[in-house]
Amino acid sequence: MAVDMRTFLAHVELANPITTAAGCAASGRELAQFFDLHRLGALATRSITMAPRAGRPTPRMAETPSGMLNAVGLQGPGIDAFLERELPWLAQRGIRTIVSIGGGTVAEYSELARRLADAPGVTALEVNLSCPNIEDRGRVFAREGSAAAEVIASVRSIMRYDVPVVAKLAPDVADIVAVARACVDAGADALSMINNPLGMAIDTEALRPSLAAVTGGLSGPAVLPIAVRCVWQVHAALPGVPLIGVGGVMTGADAFQLILAGACAVGVGTALFHDPYACLRIERELEDLLQTRGFQRLADAVGLAHRPPGSAPRHLLVDSEESSP
Amino acid sequence: MQVTGTVLTTRRVDAYHALTVVAPGIAERYRPGHFVSVAVGGAHTSMITRRALTVHDVKPDYGGTVELVFTVRGPGTAWLAERRARDTLDLVGPLGRPFPLPRDPVHCVLVGAEYGSAVLFPVADALMERGCRVDFLLGGASADRVFGAMRARRMAETTTLTTEDGSLGLRGKVADALPSVIADTRADAVYACGPMETLRAVTAVAIEFDIPVQVAVEESMACGIGVCMTCVIPVIGDDGATRMVRACAEGPVFRGERVRFEDVGTIPFDALGAPGGGARHAG
Ligand SMILES: Cc1cc2nc3c(=O)[nH]c(=O)nc-3n(C[C@H](O)[C@H](O)[C@H](O)COP(=O)(O)OP(=O)(O)OC[C@H]3O[C@@H](n4cnc5c(N)ncnc54)[C@H](O)[C@@H]3O)c2cc1C
Ligand SMILES: Cc1cc2nc3c(=O)[nH]c(=O)nc-3n(C[C@H](O)[C@H](O)[C@H](O)COP(=O)(O)O)c2cc1C
Ligand code: FES
Repeated sequence: MAVDMRTFLAHVELANPITTAAGCAASGRELAQFFDLHRLGALATRSITMAPRAGRPTPRMAETPSGMLNAVGLQGPGIDAFLERELPWLAQRGIRTIVSIGGGTVAEYSELARRLADAPGVTALEVNLSCPNIEDRGRVFAREGSAAAEVIASVRSIMRYDVPVVAKLAPDVADIVAVARACVDAGADALSMINNPLGMAIDTEALRPSLAAVTGGLSGPAVLPIAVRCVWQVHAALPGVPLIGVGGVMTGADAFQLILAGACAVGVGTALFHDPYACLRIERELEDLLQTRGFQRLADAVGLAHRPPGSAPRHLLVDSEESSP
Repeated sequence: MQVTGTVLTTRRVDAYHALTVVAPGIAERYRPGHFVSVAVGGAHTSMITRRALTVHDVKPDYGGTVELVFTVRGPGTAWLAERRARDTLDLVGPLGRPFPLPRDPVHCVLVGAEYGSAVLFPVADALMERGCRVDFLLGGASADRVFGAMRARRMAETTTLTTEDGSLGLRGKVADALPSVIADTRADAVYACGPMETLRAVTAVAIEFDIPVQVAVEESMACGIGVCMTCVIPVIGDDGATRMVRACAEGPVFRGERVRFEDVGTIPFDALGAPGGGARHAG
């Protein structure tokens, strides 16, 4: 029997838990050349900013052991062009879309939310909190529970009640649970984690930093254990809050780890650079894994690894008769 | 599309390695200038980004083969150099925008430096099919790094070679020899592929002669399919505005005079969305 892969982001139902990660699927059109985007649980856009942004100088990427560093700097078309060209293209096709936004002030995030509040085709709004706060010496919003909460409260008050607001958290903070709790208290309907931890590589031939921007965000399999840890800690503290687990997912087993840690949806980023079909493959692998472990519904696996030590291992149905195909 | 191809043959060509891979879907869709991206390191590798390589040759054998020519630079290309016949290779392609071809039978100079020459041979075939006259100008640091001299001589009206150490042909770089090649062949257009610095110099010469130049650029790429935004260079659009455009999706072939070579590796202050606009501090 097929596994029921449906999942809920707050009250919004997704046909399956696999989404693209913000900033890793450009406008959507690029991946549409490879597969039908309807097969995604949802597509997450790049983080949309008020003005068009040219981003950082090149080189913007460096390969690192089981990962890569990027310093793209939120290159994108700005909200006007996004509303004119990118969102309608997705909306007309009925593709479930998580719109990500990024800003430098609370006012900027709020204005972005205002512009998106009436736009058709926004399945959920994800607030990228890994942006420097201009009004606080460039300190990243996600590092500061109160700054993050201020953004979320404002965005939540502006967005329509039926569009979930997702706070995207950074892993390199002293206490991710505190930031998560601040966002939920401010009205976040769901949380997404992790954004890229900051890293750096030095080119030993040129004797200089590999990236023009010196530091960059680390992604890929190297960050999976950090993502699992963050999802685990936040789910333990806030078991009722829907979590999107993101970070280093390359296989169905990786996605399964995040789900067992407490995620009800899983974002796939860097894997897409290696394999344009990664989301479909991961979804299939995850479904197979759930099936062989005897799950009938994805929802039954969410957070399951938190069961107390000593409690009976989940009884698998594999050798019972009803599970034979 | 993604293809698991089988390596048919491997060979050394002077300083370069060449791999012929059976990849029917890619060969069928290929146009001169396209590239492919290759997964390196095997199934459990720690190298998670693909390597971009231009396609040197496409043949109909075994349903369609592509030939890749490359130099060993780091661990990924070193791994590729160790592939042997019957190994499998994971390719995505064909990628990028191919070279536009002229409608009329004009005279074209094809300028290649180092392995950049490889992509010019399918271009030459396509141009000659249209009745164009083709002349080659190929160069490299030393004789063993000039790719395809023999084949160029067989195909082209004239072939000029340059090496920086003077071990073959004229001493110097391709751009140094280009003015006289354009003058001698009365060229109407230039096609070029090589390092950014070479393309900059070649474009300057073409502008001097007031003839169009098509260049295939190389920029560090993480995805090759237009989703990661890491491969951007400053390019002037039809509207006169400079944008940071993706070398993989909008390129790798551009009109040379549109590429702001001097500003590659920077965000020119007048580029669309350059710092100074509203959201400059975000992310
Ligand atoms: C469109 C295009 C076509 C190319 N065609 C050829 C070709 O026909 N023959 C050939 O020898 N080389 C070609 N290159 C360059 C080739 O991609 C690099 O030499 C190769 O990626 C280096 O990989 P590595 O593991 O050996 O080196 P590393 O330095 O270890 O690579 C690390 C990372 O940087 C990226 N990278 C490093 N240098 C380059 C570069 N110059 N361009 C793009 N990405 C880079 C790699 O993809 C990898 O992700 C082409 C590049 C592009 C963009
Ligand atoms: C090239 C690149 C661009 C990214 N852009 C964004 C972005 O615009 N907004 C955002 O919230 N996260 C962005 N991210 C972070 C990813 O969404 C994701 O959180 C992170 O890369 C970890 O997942 P992964 O290992 O699957 O890539 C970007 C990541 C990469 C590699
Ligand atoms: S290499 Fe990813 S966008 Fe060009």
